[in-house]
Amino acid sequence: MNNLRVIAAIFVKDLRIEWRNRETLSAMCVFGLLVIFLFNFAFGATGEQALRLLPAVLWVAFAFAGVLGFNRSFAAERENACLEAMMLAPIDAGAIFLGKMLANLFFLAMAEVVMVFAAALWYNFSFLPSLHWFVLIAFLGSLGFVSLGTIFGAIAANTRMREVMLPILLYPISFWILMLSMDSTSNALRGGGGDSLAGGIERVAGFSLVFTIAAYLLFEYVLEE
Amino acid sequence: MKSKFPLSVHLALTLVWFWVAFYMIFLYAPREETMGEVQRIFYIHVPSAWTALLGFIIVFIASVVHLWKQKPLADQVAHAAAEVGFIFCTGVLITGPLWAKPVWGIWWTWDARLTLTFMLWLLYIAYLMLRGYLIQPGRAANLCAVVGVIGFIDVIVDYMAIRWWRTQHPQPVILGGPNSGLDPRMLATLLVSWGAFLCLYFYLVRQRLAVAQARSELSEIRRTLELARTER
Repeated sequence: MNNLRVIAAIFVKDLRIEWRNRETLSAMCVFGLLVIFLFNFAFGATGEQALRLLPAVLWVAFAFAGVLGFNRSFAAERENACLEAMMLAPIDAGAIFLGKMLANLFFLAMAEVVMVFAAALWYNFSFLPSLHWFVLIAFLGSLGFVSLGTIFGAIAANTRMREVMLPILLYPISFWILMLSMDSTSNALRGGGGDSLAGGIERVAGFSLVFTIAAYLLFEYVLEE
Repeated sequence: MKSKFPLSVHLALTLVWFWVAFYMIFLYAPREETMGEVQRIFYIHVPSAWTALLGFIIVFIASVVHLWKQKPLADQVAHAAAEVGFIFCTGVLITGPLWAKPVWGIWWTWDARLTLTFMLWLLYIAYLMLRGYLIQPGRAANLCAVVGVIGFIDVIVDYMAIRWWRTQHPQPVILGGPNSGLDPRMLATLLVSWGAFLCLYFYLVRQRLAVAQARSELSEIRRTLELARTER
């Protein structure tokens, strides 16, 4: 019960900070939009081509936008020694992780909504027929990606050049989550259903859960000073 | 560090073993019928790959031991194993294309095993770069151990994921099925060569560990001197 309150408190704190300075989310959205815009211009895809490109473009944009958010997430805690204060408090490291992770997930989800709207508009593509599958895949894929991003963001905050270190750590390890999400998204958007789609979603869910649990359990060692 | 198996003896053993291995690779092992002489790179490529993978397994085990027992030695082992493993992994990525060009006609393809090796290589780089960029060396051990553990989970995930992806790489020739047998002389050469690679790997890891230990002893001595000076 106490842990739930801690998680909620950290989650709300991050949202409140974001509400007051509006730095992270706006940067994520603008950057994500730029990625989609650049791809759209580079490939000039419409119709069937758009269907082939969209999943890749979207997940690359999610991955790039996510890194911006994860970098800020713990850099902000380093300033004014906020992290030390949280570590002094008699609370679980796992609860801190979940609070930060949920806040990051929330920001990434917000940015994803903006990016998907832009993609639907610029590629003239309707997500509506397979929206429920798409939302499920985006949630599961983002969960694993955000979990890894949160713990690696905390690790990278201890390095010089943390902006460089985070993607180098994060992309190789979240590679299969992104790849399989992309694959399932492509499947879903094509209107494919049945076994291959369900199997793909199961794999994304499985990998995301494994990494989320690992990050949750290991987070305590990242905080120790 | 006094040891029953001094580094100099280990080095001599490695050199002799490699001499035998090279003799077997170039003179003893029969010429492969379809691929020709280029196939002999197999005796270097495969042992490097096995050793590179073993290297990351050692990183994982040492990381777990460190997180559990908080022993500096485990951290030093993980660091040494990663540095040397990275070299072997690079060797795999260099010898692979050299073989692939004449046999497949292309230098590289995003086949399952190639992708896996490349990702292992990226993991090694990420791990070693993190080591290099940490601000407080005192905190390095735990943070790197966490990356070592998550990295190894990723290696397992890679293994599962690539089976769902198409593959072009030759199927395992050992224990790979009824028609995949190797000529006994080829198998012997492969195993002797792997032995030589393992011997070299552990020699380099021990050498690297000796450096790490000398370094920590030095900083210990510096600290004591500093204390003595301030007390005076």
